[in-house]
Amino acid sequence: MGKAKANAGPLARRPDNSAFKQQRLPAWSPMLTAQTVLPFFYGMAIVCVLLGVWLLVTVQNTHELKVDYTHAGSCDKCFEKRKDRANANQSCNCTVVFNIENTFKGDVFFYYGLINFHQNLRQYMDSRDDGQMIGRNKNLKNPSYYCEPFIKDKNGLPIAPCGAVANSMFNDSFTLMYHSAAGSRVVPLFRKGITWYTDKNVKFRNPQVENKTLTLAQVFEGTGQPLYWQKPVYDLDPWDRNNNGFINEDLIVWMREAAFPNFKKLYGVLNRAIEPFTDGLPAGNYSVLISYNFPVEYFQGRKEVVLSTVSWFGGQNNFLPVAYLVTGCLILLLAVILTAVWWKFGKNGRNMKE
Amino acid sequence: MHVIYDNAIKTSKYNIFTFLPLNLFEQFQRLANAYFLFLLCLQSIPEVSSLPWYTTVVPLVLVLSMTMAKDGSDDMSFYRIENLTDFIIYGVSLSLSLSLLLLCLSLLLQADLLLLSSSEPLNLVYIETAELDGETNLKVKQALTVTGKLEDSVEKLANFNGEVRCEPPNNRLDKFTGTLTLKGETYSLDNERILLRGCTLRNTQWCFGLVIFGGPDTKLMQNCGRTTFKRTSIDRLMNVLVLSIFGFLMIMCLILAIGNGIWEYQEGSKFAAFLPKGVNAPFSAFLTFWSYVIILNTVVPISLYVSVEIIRLGNSFYINWDRKMYYPKNDTPAEARTTTLNEELGQIKYIFSDKTGTLTQNVMTFNKCSINGKAYGEKTEKVDFSWNNLADPKFCFHDNSLVEVVREGNPEVQAFFRLLSLCHTVMPEEKKEGELYYQAQSPDEGALVTAARNFGFVFRSRTPESITVVEMGELVTYELLAVLDFNNVRKRMSVIVRSPEGKLTLYCKGADTIIFERLNPSCSNLTEFAGEGLRTLALAYKDIDPEYMEDWKLRHHVANTAMDEREEKLDALYEEIEKGLLLLGSTAVEDKLQDGVPQTIEQLSKADIKIWVLTGDKQETAENIGYSCNMLREEMNEVFIVSANTSEEAFALEKDMEIELLRTACMCQTVICCRVTPLQKAQVVELVKKYKQAVTLAIGDGANDVSMIKAAHIGVGISGQEGMQAVLSSDYSFAQFRYLQRLLLVHGRWSYLRMCKFLRYFFYKNFTFTFVHFWYGFFCGFSAQTVFDEWFITLFNLVYTALPVLSLSLFDQDVNDWWSFQYPQLYTPGQLNQYFSKRAFVYTVLHSGYSSLVLFFIPWAAMYDTVRDDGKEIVDYQSFALLAQTCLLIAVSIQLGLDTHYWTAMNQFFLWGSLSVYFAVIFTMYSNGMFLTLTSSFPFIGTARNSLNQPNVWLTMLLTSVLCVLPVVAYRFLRILLWPTINDKKIHKLLLFPHSRRTSTRRSGYAFSHAQGYGDLVTSGKFLRRTPKSRPALFSQTDSPLAQTQPQFYRTISEREEPPLSP
Repeated sequence: MGKAKANAGPLARRPDNSAFKQQRLPAWSPMLTAQTVLPFFYGMAIVCVLLGVWLLVTVQNTHELKVDYTHAGSCDKCFEKRKDRANANQSCNCTVVFNIENTFKGDVFFYYGLINFHQNLRQYMDSRDDGQMIGRNKNLKNPSYYCEPFIKDKNGLPIAPCGAVANSMFNDSFTLMYHSAAGSRVVPLFRKGITWYTDKNVKFRNPQVENKTLTLAQVFEGTGQPLYWQKPVYDLDPWDRNNNGFINEDLIVWMREAAFPNFKKLYGVLNRAIEPFTDGLPAGNYSVLISYNFPVEYFQGRKEVVLSTVSWFGGQNNFLPVAYLVTGCLILLLAVILTAVWWKFGKNGRNMKE
Repeated sequence: MHVIYDNAIKTSKYNIFTFLPLNLFEQFQRLANAYFLFLLCLQSIPEVSSLPWYTTVVPLVLVLSMTMAKDGSDDMSFYRIENLTDFIIYGVSLSLSLSLLLLCLSLLLQADLLLLSSSEPLNLVYIETAELDGETNLKVKQALTVTGKLEDSVEKLANFNGEVRCEPPNNRLDKFTGTLTLKGETYSLDNERILLRGCTLRNTQWCFGLVIFGGPDTKLMQNCGRTTFKRTSIDRLMNVLVLSIFGFLMIMCLILAIGNGIWEYQEGSKFAAFLPKGVNAPFSAFLTFWSYVIILNTVVPISLYVSVEIIRLGNSFYINWDRKMYYPKNDTPAEARTTTLNEELGQIKYIFSDKTGTLTQNVMTFNKCSINGKAYGEKTEKVDFSWNNLADPKFCFHDNSLVEVVREGNPEVQAFFRLLSLCHTVMPEEKKEGELYYQAQSPDEGALVTAARNFGFVFRSRTPESITVVEMGELVTYELLAVLDFNNVRKRMSVIVRSPEGKLTLYCKGADTIIFERLNPSCSNLTEFAGEGLRTLALAYKDIDPEYMEDWKLRHHVANTAMDEREEKLDALYEEIEKGLLLLGSTAVEDKLQDGVPQTIEQLSKADIKIWVLTGDKQETAENIGYSCNMLREEMNEVFIVSANTSEEAFALEKDMEIELLRTACMCQTVICCRVTPLQKAQVVELVKKYKQAVTLAIGDGANDVSMIKAAHIGVGISGQEGMQAVLSSDYSFAQFRYLQRLLLVHGRWSYLRMCKFLRYFFYKNFTFTFVHFWYGFFCGFSAQTVFDEWFITLFNLVYTALPVLSLSLFDQDVNDWWSFQYPQLYTPGQLNQYFSKRAFVYTVLHSGYSSLVLFFIPWAAMYDTVRDDGKEIVDYQSFALLAQTCLLIAVSIQLGLDTHYWTAMNQFFLWGSLSVYFAVIFTMYSNGMFLTLTSSFPFIGTARNSLNQPNVWLTMLLTSVLCVLPVVAYRFLRILLWPTINDKKIHKLLLFPHSRRTSTRRSGYAFSHAQGYGDLVTSGKFLRRTPKSRPALFSQTDSPLAQTQPQFYRTISEREEPPLSP
């Protein structure tokens, strides 16, 4: 760039006559004229309104039911019990009853929700060791200092999984019951397939050992369970041996920290292979049996159970459809104002005179 | 006495070893860099660190290394310049092992010398002081006779044993006092004996001098003024803004820290079961404060300074590359010597221009004449002088009828040219037979003699008693009886000659007004060239009675040897004989203004730039220049003069008067300051800078302009003339004054526009980026959690948005250069600081406040409580971060598109390229491979894949973009409709009439002068002691600078009464 040309002569230092150097690059200069701006605004208004309507229709076709069970129904006593930390090891079961009026058609998802639980605190979020969770043996026995103060248990054993996130894992469990004329029956839920594929297969792995015959418990030997856990990590799912250790899907779901203090996390998916749930959840009376373990009283939190169907647009969230409708209307209003102003001031170019 | 002065002036800062530590030290003295170092220290504290170290280190290292590279290359170029200027002096002085200098011909003197001896008769040296005071005529300096005897004998010089006592170094160019004590005798030394640094030896083979002052002590350097580091007003504004941003940052952090304290107190303590912290609320708030200082540091973007430097560098390159500022005649392209002042070129309010060599060209031409009432010189075809084998081939004249008349033998015309060939003090030089060179005291005298030569009256040679002329091929020798030399009072010169026939004639030429007073009442009218802006010399003659001549000569001799009142007596004698003259005609010698000067001045004044001419010349010359370059016009009646001579001017620059002077001057349409010394030029500039708060530009070509060039915000040097002093201390240089309009109206305007667009956009981008974090604070318990991925924070300014914003600020144009010239009014917004000011900054902050609200709360609400289309998580932190950062990047990219007015392929490429790079980078960073290699650095694995395949994510991005952009479009559209700026109007016009072109009219102006001649020397008889064989031509048509000293003025602009008509 800018090197003097080698050729001598009377015009040796004459700059190149390139479009770039002479700042004559061909260019497109868009202008904000009435001919471009007004049609664009009307167009955008139409697009937004149409999108809004379409999304609204889509969202209206989904169903969602939220049941707050913090101290609803018989859970009140459990709530009281969990206030006292001394009762932490006592189990407490309770039931919440609710009614579904319209059939939840299609896939139905069972979520648990937490209100006012800050999974997004910086120190909380940092308090985990991905290296341990991916199954690195070094990290298993020697977790990252990020896990402070949940690195070692009171016996001095390294905690697996370490850190505040894992330690505070949600440990209520649910059984959804359908009460029809034919009697009560358990609604079948898939408890696997609730995580991102990448999490389950890449991000979380059990420690790799040479000896394939070792049981998971032996692999985790020499580590302690997180302080607040009732079970060790290799024993999280007593029914499915392959859903244990770091690849336990409830753990994985929990470890994907929520961005906001109010969130819901997937607990299970309706198994539609079994009658009468092939079309979804039929209308009727339901109850949830809850193993009430997770204390929320300390942080004025609440817990809920959410049943929901989804569309291509995701869960039931009316914000985007409404926002598009409102935006569309605003743009239309703006377009009309702009047109009026243009009609009055800009059309004859009077303001453009010097 | 034998001390060798260190004549070097050190300008380079570093050497190889000191470069790294010194440069780093300097860089960290910059507030911004020091701040980032401090941030880095903060980040190393685990309790505080809210971002990993690389978010700060990567940008810091990049910025430091780029600045370092630039500083290094700058310093290298300084180093080279220094070597160039000092080579000569060392070479010569060391070889003599004395501080004696042998000076060769045409050498620029590098120190102040006491002249000892020279090659010329009477120990004379001829010097040109154009570098010092702008005067281009030759000046004569004479050595003391005692020292002159030393001649060129090295032994004698080496044994020279005298003592010089003199005044301490000072800046008076016209004064020197000292004594030389030699062998017990004391000789007084004055300015006549001193050669100053910056002078050029002319017409002198060699001379010896004793170095009196060297290096920074020389008068030239003492006159240079201080070199100050120049900063643009944008720079200063930026510093103020950065400081207020710091304040703003502290306020934000304080709010968030207080929020954190409250949150910790109310909720955090209860949440402690899940996250034991072990600190109380106030301490946690304290830590949070620093954490937020780290996170929100992007409001004070580290890349800002470096980007600004790059933009200025780029725009400087455009100036260097501009073909329309390249002067092919002497192969000089424009040069931006300082790369840090570009945008200020778009804000100039006052221009201070030198006259000599800046406004005027250097060529004097015999343009027109009037003989016996008939005018010649109307532009027709070029005259062929081939019939005259002694003609100067470079001379051209455009009226054939004059040649015809001469060749016909018209007696008046022949007398006219005979006068021109006889009445002068030019010295001829004939190196080869027929190859004549004239050495004239003033170029216009040379021009007149050359004209006579071409018309067949060739001045061939002279002795003290005779002048030999070839008249139409015939050798004629005139006896020279007397030379009545020119001076400023007489404003005329005469010679008395005896022709071979024995006729005695007095030939006189001089200012028309002066000659008219001395004409025989019977003389006819003189054709005036007044209307054309030409000034004339009148030519007259008188036949003298031999008896009277004898008597007069006797009295002349008596007067000439009188000890007292010699001057007065001579004047009276001259007055007596120069009476009753008969008019021959008049000549018009033209010193052209440079091409396009009047148009340039007109353009610049249309752009509302005030032009002041500061010149060392006398008032009349300056005024005439003013008229010829359109600054003064006939309809301006109230031309009044504040100060007439040097002392008064200086007085007016003193404290109590300066405001008065400024007030008066600023009321005037045109200001011309005459008789100002270099330092006073600088004082005038400082005065305007101080009280008008306006951006000033000084333009000049000589060393006398250096102080002014350094004092002004922007200094421009006219290069390609003789001497480089002005150019070396200037910020921009080019070869012709007219390029100034391109520099200001095109480059300056664009640079300013680009810089302002850049700053507004840059602040917008970074504030938006930062505010999003601020809002998130309210959702994450003020725990200093970032919204975006750490890598995004690192790369946002450096990679994702760097190139598009650079291409905006390197390629953008509102209108092209042609329209910029067509409408100089487009320049005015820059003078009024309209594109970027504190007000604009506040608007930018408010705008980014709005954008950040949209960019945070729309994704928040859109994602609230929703899930993917397969029911799985999407509101997790990582997905939200990805969504928010993508929304942000798209929104700021669209905003960039809105700000871009000139979409070149580069803009498109960089904008789309950066967006593609963003997506490529996130897919790479969130890939399995990266996670498995560097687990802790890339925890976002799979986020891009799992969330960017969701329609609601894309719909959220669309909505945020629409909401960010459409209000801006609507606002701008309304603004153009209702309150169009001058730019909008011109662009509108451009849309309506894209192909209209105006033909420009061309005018030229003239100015010329005359100077005191060599009368004394011509008659002294000693100038021919030696035949100068190797003297170069002093006066040539092409390269000799314009003479402007001691000018004789011929007012033709003012209305003059008609001289009496003769029958």
